[in-house]
Amino acid sequence: MSGVSAGSRVASQARWEARLLLRNGEQLLLTFLIPVGLLLGLSLTSLMSDAYGDDRTPQALATVLTVSVISAAFTSLAIATGFERRSGALRFLGTTPLSRAELLGGKALATLGVTVLSSAAVLLTAVALGWRPTPAATWIAPLLLLGTAAFAAWGLALAGALRAEAVLAVANGLFLVLILFGGVIVPAASLPGPLASLAPWLPSGALAEALTAAVVDGAAPPATAIAVLGAWLAVGAAVSARTFRWS
Amino acid sequence: MPAPAVRVRDLVVRYGSRSAVAGLTFEAQAGEVTALVGPNGAGKTSTVETCVGLRSAASGSVEILGIRQPAEGGVAGALRSNVGVMLQDGGLYPTARPLELARHIASLYADPDDPERLLAALGVDPGTRTTIRRLSGGEQQRVKCALALVGRPRLVFLDEPTAGLDTSGRRAVHDLIAGLRAGGTSVVLTTHLMDDVERLADHVVVISRGRDVSRGSVADLVGDDDTIAFSGPVNADLRDLVAVLPDGCRIEEDRPGRYRVSAAADPMILSAIAAWCAQHGVRTSGLTVGRRSLEDVVLELTEGQE
Repeated sequence: MSGVSAGSRVASQARWEARLLLRNGEQLLLTFLIPVGLLLGLSLTSLMSDAYGDDRTPQALATVLTVSVISAAFTSLAIATGFERRSGALRFLGTTPLSRAELLGGKALATLGVTVLSSAAVLLTAVALGWRPTPAATWIAPLLLLGTAAFAAWGLALAGALRAEAVLAVANGLFLVLILFGGVIVPAASLPGPLASLAPWLPSGALAEALTAAVVDGAAPPATAIAVLGAWLAVGAAVSARTFRWS
Repeated sequence: MPAPAVRVRDLVVRYGSRSAVAGLTFEAQAGEVTALVGPNGAGKTSTVETCVGLRSAASGSVEILGIRQPAEGGVAGALRSNVGVMLQDGGLYPTARPLELARHIASLYADPDDPERLLAALGVDPGTRTTIRRLSGGEQQRVKCALALVGRPRLVFLDEPTAGLDTSGRRAVHDLIAGLRAGGTSVVLTTHLMDDVERLADHVVVISRGRDVSRGSVADLVGDDDTIAFSGPVNADLRDLVAVLPDGCRIEEDRPGRYRVSAAADPMILSAIAAWCAQHGVRTSGLTVGRRSLEDVVLELTEGQE
């Protein structure tokens, strides 16, 4: 009897989420300026030359793509959703035909759209810096998709489980933990012993490893890294489906 | 007779060990406007939130448009497109503009109303570039009302739709509700303004401490009898007056210094009261004859509640 399909409600919600995201000034800063600035910084200065070798741009690119996926799909998504819960916007949506799964799907799609735009800006900047993609670069898009889905699942799980203020604190804290312990900026090999062996099991470490293979080594990403990301996605989706509440 | 739009039986809603709703029973008939009234904390909002699936019932049952709500909360999917809700707390995206939000919500329904027309009818400028966060409380209230109605629901719950509205805003909401009723929509509203109830409600449910204490039309609740009331000194000695009134006629001090006579507005009784006032030096300026106000009736029914 309903003339609006679930698919079109998801699409409508995704457009709405993207519209609100791209209007927010802070969000634009996080989505475009910081990743591009970070790429320029890591590539043009000798800050990381010990770790990144002579041609710094490929490693800087892999790093920045990873950081921007985590920032958009995990931290920003969790915080924005947490505050929507606090303002009661989600409670009201809970009374419309939009189901919980459709809301989560819409949010994940919008985040994916934003990640695509921000990654495009980063990739174009890398090309301007002299980076030339090899055939292995075709792995970049599927890896970004998988990474975005995995981090979005956990961002939504976090936003659904805690109060808005707690989400803000925890999302920022975990962002730092994921970046540092995942060997995203400093390669995992240079982390102290136990941390070095932990890194590949973190979603950040797995994504960094996979993107490094595709961008720096020009090789297919290791199957273990993809499996680790897939496992984080599966568990995160199950947790967010269970913990996510409208109010 | 069609099934009631809402049927609530022995509903109990708990927050921890406290029962906000403690055995509430009422029905809202299809096509009618039903008003839930009662003091703050009586359980009106908890009842509405349970009806729309945002809260779970500890016990009792809730049937919406003939469909039983799941006990664990949540709304049956088919109901979501047929039930509109205006929540008391929140419900708006602070950074959105009214029209874009109303359009988005409309896009989730199969046969929505025109968002622009609806906002304009409620006195919100559809072309405004102001974000919702910067609108006044009353303007936000009007936007929430528009969102509740934009999906053309068969049944709409409005939790204090006129709270914080100025006269023209209340008038706009009244007109809109009257229009919904004329179009066959069932309306359940909560309010503290008896003016809303008297103008709009076909059926009134008076709630106190989480229970229904009375129900009926406004006329049922107020009663047909005229009554006489007058003002005098607090705790006045009324024995002289009672002595000249017909047998069985009593005088009660409704509130300090305000007396109500349990008798029809008979001229003989009025003259007896006037004579008593003259003897005791009481001005008759507070003397009123007529129906009791709905407010008095509701106050009396819910008396004793914090």
